[in-house]
Amino acid sequence: MSDFFHDGWSIFIAVSTVVSLIACLALLAFASRRQPMAADNSTGHVFDGDLVEMNNPLPMWWVVLFVLTVLFSFVYVYFFPGLGAAAGSLGWTSRGELAADQARAAEAMAKIYAPYAAQKAEALSQDGKAMAIGQRLFLNNCATCHGSDARGSKGFPDLTDADWLHGGSPEKIAETITLGRTGVMPPMAAAVGTPADVRDVANYVLSLSGDPHNAISASAGRRKFAACAACHGAGGVGNQALGAPNLADKVWLHGWGEDAIAAIVEKGKTSVMPAQAGRLTPEQIHLLSSYVWSLSQIRRTVSR
Amino acid sequence: MSDPDLAAAPAMRPVIPIVADAESGSLYVSEAKIQSRAVSGWFATWRWLLVWFTQILFYGLPWLQWNGRQAVLFDLTARRFYIFDMVLHPQDVIFLAGLLILSAYGLFLFTAVAGRLWCGYACPQTVYTEIFMWVEHRFEGDRQARIKLDAAPWTVRKLARRGGKQAVWIAIGLWTGFTFVAYFTPARTLAAEVTSFGLGPWETFWILFYGLATYGNAGYMREQVCKYMCPYARFQSAMFDRDTLIISYDAARGEPRGSRRRGVDPASVGKGDCIDCTLCVQVCPTGIDIRKGLQYECIGCAACIDACDGVMDKMGSPRGLIRYATQNGIEKRWTRRQMWQRVFRPRVLVYGLVLVAIASAFVASLMLRAPFKADIVRDRGALARLVEGGRIENVYRVQLMNATEQVQRFRIEVEGLDGATLAGWSDVDLGPTEVRWVPLAVQLPAGAARSLGPGAHPMRFRIVLVAPAAADAAPDAARSLAERHEKSTFVVPR
Repeated sequence: MSDFFHDGWSIFIAVSTVVSLIACLALLAFASRRQPMAADNSTGHVFDGDLVEMNNPLPMWWVVLFVLTVLFSFVYVYFFPGLGAAAGSLGWTSRGELAADQARAAEAMAKIYAPYAAQKAEALSQDGKAMAIGQRLFLNNCATCHGSDARGSKGFPDLTDADWLHGGSPEKIAETITLGRTGVMPPMAAAVGTPADVRDVANYVLSLSGDPHNAISASAGRRKFAACAACHGAGGVGNQALGAPNLADKVWLHGWGEDAIAAIVEKGKTSVMPAQAGRLTPEQIHLLSSYVWSLSQIRRTVSR
Repeated sequence: MSDPDLAAAPAMRPVIPIVADAESGSLYVSEAKIQSRAVSGWFATWRWLLVWFTQILFYGLPWLQWNGRQAVLFDLTARRFYIFDMVLHPQDVIFLAGLLILSAYGLFLFTAVAGRLWCGYACPQTVYTEIFMWVEHRFEGDRQARIKLDAAPWTVRKLARRGGKQAVWIAIGLWTGFTFVAYFTPARTLAAEVTSFGLGPWETFWILFYGLATYGNAGYMREQVCKYMCPYARFQSAMFDRDTLIISYDAARGEPRGSRRRGVDPASVGKGDCIDCTLCVQVCPTGIDIRKGLQYECIGCAACIDACDGVMDKMGSPRGLIRYATQNGIEKRWTRRQMWQRVFRPRVLVYGLVLVAIASAFVASLMLRAPFKADIVRDRGALARLVEGGRIENVYRVQLMNATEQVQRFRIEVEGLDGATLAGWSDVDLGPTEVRWVPLAVQLPAGAARSLGPGAHPMRFRIVLVAPAAADAAPDAARSLAERHEKSTFVVPR
């Protein structure tokens, strides 16, 4: 792709480059033939009454270097792009060089990841060096949303608890990282009924996890929950195959309380975990998913 | 200006005379090859002492081991500089700046006192030229023999002499290149790589490049480097004054120059002390005639002083026709003592004081350097979150940098925010020279958060380097070895 909107610019640059190079040589040849000095080896200029400009000739090796740089420029524009849009005989591009550098870096990186590729997450979680690499990957790629300590925040899942939207096995975590996830909670106001019905459902959902709720409202909401049970299951226990959260635990990804739940039921929510396949190699994802998996393991042992 | 003028009015000599070349007029000339005569004497001995000192240091240091590693090693790949007991991280680049400032002020001071001392005695260009000229002398003889050899046709004898010289020059160049790279790749590893032909491409390049630069600069470019490449010659006049000790020819004593027999009093034959033997010109590495006064080409090597002193000894005249003297001293016929008194003038004292101040600050900051560095960065994706019990939690990352070669253990505490605690922190161990990011969470109880109100509240982290306690001791028994306080903020959401 050319940055020039007309071929004329390319020709203009090519011609200026060649003319400048030739002009450099011409200037040198012209100056070497000139004899500007007076008989006393000065230019004849006198400043401030007594300050004379003397000739202090350049050494010949300097002249040779000058000529060499001009010749080098001709060789350079022959091999490399330098004359407008001309590609140069080597076909070098900065993009090509970047790609080659990236390939080299990937090759160097592959050596580091190779020993871990065949190991299971259980083994890797015991390997300090593997977990250090995993943590670095996490801090550089995941921490922006999930937090440096992987415990998320409102709207961004906590990865250290036992509550998984799409499954907490190392394989499922790797799948989530590789392909990304889209969690869609559709607006359910129409299916549930009136705003009062939505409040009832919200109270029922609170009752599922034993949180403070209005018991009468909750029992009214129980019937309306049928619309929700298609995804969240009969007892609101969720469905990892659909990515439907468990509503019967104490984890509230999008906020706790009647208002927060009613708002979600009414308006719905779409959450996106972006796919990392294009940014991380499978070997990196393997190590990263092992690290993320290990986080929830530590937490579970502690709480037990 | 002709020579009798000089004798008549020694004080009127401010203009540097430049004599027209025979084939002059052109803007470019081929520089004549300078074949300088070997010299011995007081100053030449000093130069050789400095050659030995600097080169033993340069060639020897990479082989010195220290605590099981190379004593001085600049590990560019790992970004760690090892200098004896010190380990420098890229964050310590301020010390490099300090070193450069020290060098600059050192240069100012020495130049103000006695001219281009650095150029004449310690500059690598001078030192390697001295070594290469010594080799040249061994193979091709002194000045006259070399000039003859230059003119001689190519014979087996000339080929052998030139070949021998080239072989030794190339060997010195390669060894210098190897030594240079050995500051970046451990010398022992590098030696093994050389013998097994296992050098990396960049190691090969830098050994050859630095070797070639040494060979070219010391063997061929020599005074051209000083005259045309080094900026020092051009700004030396700004650092000299009329009380700077420079290499001076005492024109009042020497002129009118002319030959005489040994032991003849020059005054009795109407002449000065200079016998016009031109030895001072022959020994000059930049090919100038010091009798024409101070010139930008003069690198202050004092070879002409040594040469002239030898001649004066033979002639039975006092030494010092060419000597270290100030412009004022020469003009006003000052004694050595009078000139030395002017050394302690305001300019020199100010340079000296600044140099001492910077040097003390430099050494003090090196001595007081903390054994670790720490940096706290707030998580910006989520400012705060609500956790169990209505507590507010903020997440941070701390970057810990171990600036030693021992394992270090760190403990972190929160300060300046009542009720704030670190959630689930356990002490972190860092390996030698390791750098690691560690996430940490700070929690504030709901009540405390309410009384503070929403917004960002200043707080501090206290990062403590603790002595690893014995396995059976209580964790709290660990004592603090060093600590740092890092500022940050705690955000309470609306």
